[in-house]
Amino acid sequence: MVEMLPLVATGVTVTRRGKRLIGPVDLNIEGDGVTVVIGPNGAGKTTLLQALHGITRLNAGTVRWACPATQARRAQAFVFQTPVMLRRSVLENLIYPLRAGGMARKAALALGREWCGRIGLGAAEGRPATVLSRGEKQKLAIARALIIEPAVLFLDEPSASLDGGATREVETLIETAAKGGTRVILSTHDMGQARRLARDAVFLLRGRVHERGPAPEFFHSPGTAQARAFLAGDIVE
Amino acid sequence: MTDLWGGLYAAARLLITLDPDLIEIALRSLRVTLSALAIACVIALPLAALLAVRRFRLRRATIAILNALMGLPPVVVGLVVYVLLSRAGPLGVLGLLFTPTAMIIAQVIIIVPLVASIAHQSLRELWAEYHDLLISLDTTQRQRIATLLWDGRRSLLTAALAGFGRAIGEVGAIMVVGGNIDHATRVMTTAIALETGKGNFALALGLGFVLIALAIAVNLAIHWLSRTERGQQW
Repeated sequence: MVEMLPLVATGVTVTRRGKRLIGPVDLNIEGDGVTVVIGPNGAGKTTLLQALHGITRLNAGTVRWACPATQARRAQAFVFQTPVMLRRSVLENLIYPLRAGGMARKAALALGREWCGRIGLGAAEGRPATVLSRGEKQKLAIARALIIEPAVLFLDEPSASLDGGATREVETLIETAAKGGTRVILSTHDMGQARRLARDAVFLLRGRVHERGPAPEFFHSPGTAQARAFLAGDIVE
Repeated sequence: MTDLWGGLYAAARLLITLDPDLIEIALRSLRVTLSALAIACVIALPLAALLAVRRFRLRRATIAILNALMGLPPVVVGLVVYVLLSRAGPLGVLGLLFTPTAMIIAQVIIIVPLVASIAHQSLRELWAEYHDLLISLDTTQRQRIATLLWDGRRSLLTAALAGFGRAIGEVGAIMVVGGNIDHATRVMTTAIALETGKGNFALALGLGFVLIALAIAVNLAIHWLSRTERGQQW
């Protein structure tokens, strides 16, 4: 695995149509485990993840990895809030990133089948991915992200609108990946999920990092009034 | 009304007796149209995908022009190709005028904008769906185009069939550049025009019905081969 951490974001600002979505954000991501990004709706969680991943244009600031940018690009993966399903079979969806990265079809298929089984879709490998249930699509999207063994994995609200069972399966996948050495950065609305997964937490408010801290302490005794109110379930704007 | 019945009768007789002239011109029609369609698809489909995935300065203008060219008057295309291929023209040395090749060239020019426009329309929607993922996976432009063409193949079939429909029923351009020469460049449409001109309505209508049947048969065959509208296909 490529040594690409720490990730250093400096003064990252994203503006669209004259409105500042995030920034300026300064953020360091290092070590291992799961970083959870929380905050009210519109705080810029999705934009921040996309900016770090490098798929959104920055209006100011830089995102630097410890390795060259092209190498870093290949060693990270992103799972979107609404999983994007290619109009192909489950198996073909899984092997797409491998094939795009130049792996031979036979090896890719073998690995793809293994992952199909791992996410419980072994019997559905030939079915069109577009007809899967919401939870199955999300698992497939996560597996498709993990199959390239990324050093860093971004997930944007991975269990939004999933039921309990599917959420648990999704969290198991994320935890297994994190234990395997993949650095995970995920945004979530689900405070229970944040508490279960986080090693550290980033609290975003109005496009800025309002508070940052290691997980148990942050959730137990947040340093700022807004974070305290947000964790208590109040409406924070 | 009697002409219509006469036409049906003529069509039946031509088909049942396997009229050699009919078979010859029907096969030539298919050969010219399918060749033109194949060449047009090779040009138009990647172009449509490129227009979907790539942002360049003249993109909007290119799309607008392609859309406008869908209404290209065939007879004008025929005339331009005629001038280019005629003995005195820049490509005159090739000696292509009044050959099936000239007809194929004219038809390619007529259907490329049509196929490209329809294909672009559906690939654009597919790209909107795939955009985030393919950008995130750091795919090359080539891979993006290949993915769109493969995953969008069913809607591209519609684009190709529209091109086929336009080409098989086209008469203006191929009449001008082909010349409707018996046993050389006569095809279904030019034969119909000729028989109509001679006042031979029954035979003209008969040929017309055969042409329609041919077009439907090709469409059905392609749909059957590509298994659209079946089960859980998408």
